[in-house]
Amino acid sequence: MERLPMERLPTERLPIERQPMARNPLARAPTTTRRPAPFPLATAVRAVAAWAVALLLFFPIAWLGLTAFKTELQAVAVPPQWLFTPTLENFHEVQARSDYLLYARNSVVTSVLSTVLGLLLAAPAAYAMAFFRGRWTRDILMWMLSTKMMPAVGALVPIYVLAQKSQLLDTQAALIIVFALSNLPIMVWMLYSHFRDIPPEILEAARMDGATLWQEVRLVLLPLGMGGLASTGLLCLVLSWNEAFWSLNLSAAKAGTLATLIASYSSPEGLFWAKLSAASLMAIAPIVVFGWFSQKQLVQGLTFGAVK
Amino acid sequence: MAFLQLSGIEKYFAQHRAIRGIDLGIERGEFIVFVGPSGCGKSTLLRLIAGLERIDGGTLTLDGRDITDAPSSRRDLAMVFQSYALYPHMSVYDNMSFALKLAGAAPQEIRAKVERAAAVLDLTPYLQRTPKALSGGQRQRVAIGRAIVRSPKVFLFDEPLSNLDAALRGQTRVEIAKLHRDLGATTIYVTHDQVEAMTLASRVVVLRDGQIEQVGTPLELYDRPANQFVAQFIGTPQMNVVRSDRLPEALRRQAPRAAANGSLGLRPEAVAVAPRGHGGAGSASGGAGEIGGTVELVEALGAETLLYVRTGEGAQWVARLGERTRCVAGDEVSLRLDATRALWFDDAGRVVPAGQALAA
Repeated sequence: MERLPMERLPTERLPIERQPMARNPLARAPTTTRRPAPFPLATAVRAVAAWAVALLLFFPIAWLGLTAFKTELQAVAVPPQWLFTPTLENFHEVQARSDYLLYARNSVVTSVLSTVLGLLLAAPAAYAMAFFRGRWTRDILMWMLSTKMMPAVGALVPIYVLAQKSQLLDTQAALIIVFALSNLPIMVWMLYSHFRDIPPEILEAARMDGATLWQEVRLVLLPLGMGGLASTGLLCLVLSWNEAFWSLNLSAAKAGTLATLIASYSSPEGLFWAKLSAASLMAIAPIVVFGWFSQKQLVQGLTFGAVK
Repeated sequence: MAFLQLSGIEKYFAQHRAIRGIDLGIERGEFIVFVGPSGCGKSTLLRLIAGLERIDGGTLTLDGRDITDAPSSRRDLAMVFQSYALYPHMSVYDNMSFALKLAGAAPQEIRAKVERAAAVLDLTPYLQRTPKALSGGQRQRVAIGRAIVRSPKVFLFDEPLSNLDAALRGQTRVEIAKLHRDLGATTIYVTHDQVEAMTLASRVVVLRDGQIEQVGTPLELYDRPANQFVAQFIGTPQMNVVRSDRLPEALRRQAPRAAANGSLGLRPEAVAVAPRGHGGAGSASGGAGEIGGTVELVEALGAETLLYVRTGEGAQWVARLGERTRCVAGDEVSLRLDATRALWFDDAGRVVPAGQALAA
């Protein structure tokens, strides 16, 4: 298996280090306005501050986007070039040198299936904890969450050995299982807090109305918990897609996800900024677009049911 | 064996014995009210009957069938929850037809039953709305409708009126009573409000600390309570209970021997009030039941007046007067206690039957 350095994690941040922040485009914005009624100063200051922060956060991604369309030479030029003739050469080369579609398919399959697997495990657990609380429920939840405090690398050797002994190294199955399990605590927590918002009497009413467990779940719990399930699923999808540590360590050419594709452009033959950027752009684009469309659900989910 | 028979029902929450060996037989068509102070186990007992909590001991049979361990869905009971517990994602129609659909009833039959129930409960215009778009009283009626469409063997009500405001509560109480009269369905109703218990019940079960204190018709409980707890729990204002050492000498001499160290109970309506000296204190009519005291508080309720009087012995008495009074706090009055209506309690709070040997 191709071993890759572990410290090279998501690479979207790399270009920023080369590019001083002084180039904030906002600095060149015209300061006078032609509005008849002058903007209240406070509002203007706040708007400028908000734009500044937004651009600051967006800048690395924007730079990544620009670099992806440059030649390697333009990419490393000092001072950086703002105006250039865009080229698709990098994308062609990424596809030619490594099978982008294979990695993309791996990413889709592993993140979708790990989300499905995670939901299948987390939903019954959260149901039991939310509606049949026992003496230790709270402690179990805390304990589950505490496993997320442990650095993943601490479990690397045992999991690597397990994967190796069970012939699962560099398979989608290994990634699906590991992604699902590593997301499980957060999924159980999210679903638990969503389910806690459902009054238990509603489920009891269903039982009194003659619903079996399966009918109670299908006809009452699922419709009422759909928001929670959707946002939990979305979050898990994004987390799995972005997962780099385990995919770098457990997969290579066969089951590698887009995260490993990006990483592969940063090591063996020196740094190729333009190709690295192109690969990164291709890796993050699907999930960014997906994120846009599911923003509302995600935000709702992350507030853990606090905002209804 | 009764229609619904509870035999030695027990429930533990961890080490706490919440329900302590309840034996109770409920006949078909009865309206049984479980009443008691909070924490007495009345809701727990209802949930045990409903199957929402596991029964830890004893047996429960319904119509000859042992349902001690049957799941809620197979008990053929319907429940109205305090919070209504309507399905928020379903229309009123779907809420009310849910149980019938689960039971696999024919669509025409479901429609007919739901529409009949909706007509009875004035819900016909709201059938397509979701519960969110209904008022509290309407939601309550949907919850009741959801129960009655199924014609279950027993209706269970868990404090169904406590989320309604006072006016609506009175109105819904009347509706529930009417509904029971029309349907004749066996009903178990849990409340902490003894007015609901008195007005609705064919029999009241008074619970305390997971045990039955007394079972009887509302007036039996009012007139012949088994003990001081029931005597004081039923009736507003509470029955006057005065320790015998705070009674006037003449009255104390009438105490049965077993109640010598106990107390006397007298309903507020058995206490009459006259201005001090009126009718001649110490006259023939005065005698045993007359005490002087000071008015501490006057509650004029319109139809009746409640007078709180403290006597020289340090006891507080409440008198319920059918007429208005010019008394104000601080007035000296004399109380006439109708000793023939008095109850005597021994020092453990049990009623001492009249006719026992007198203490004196």
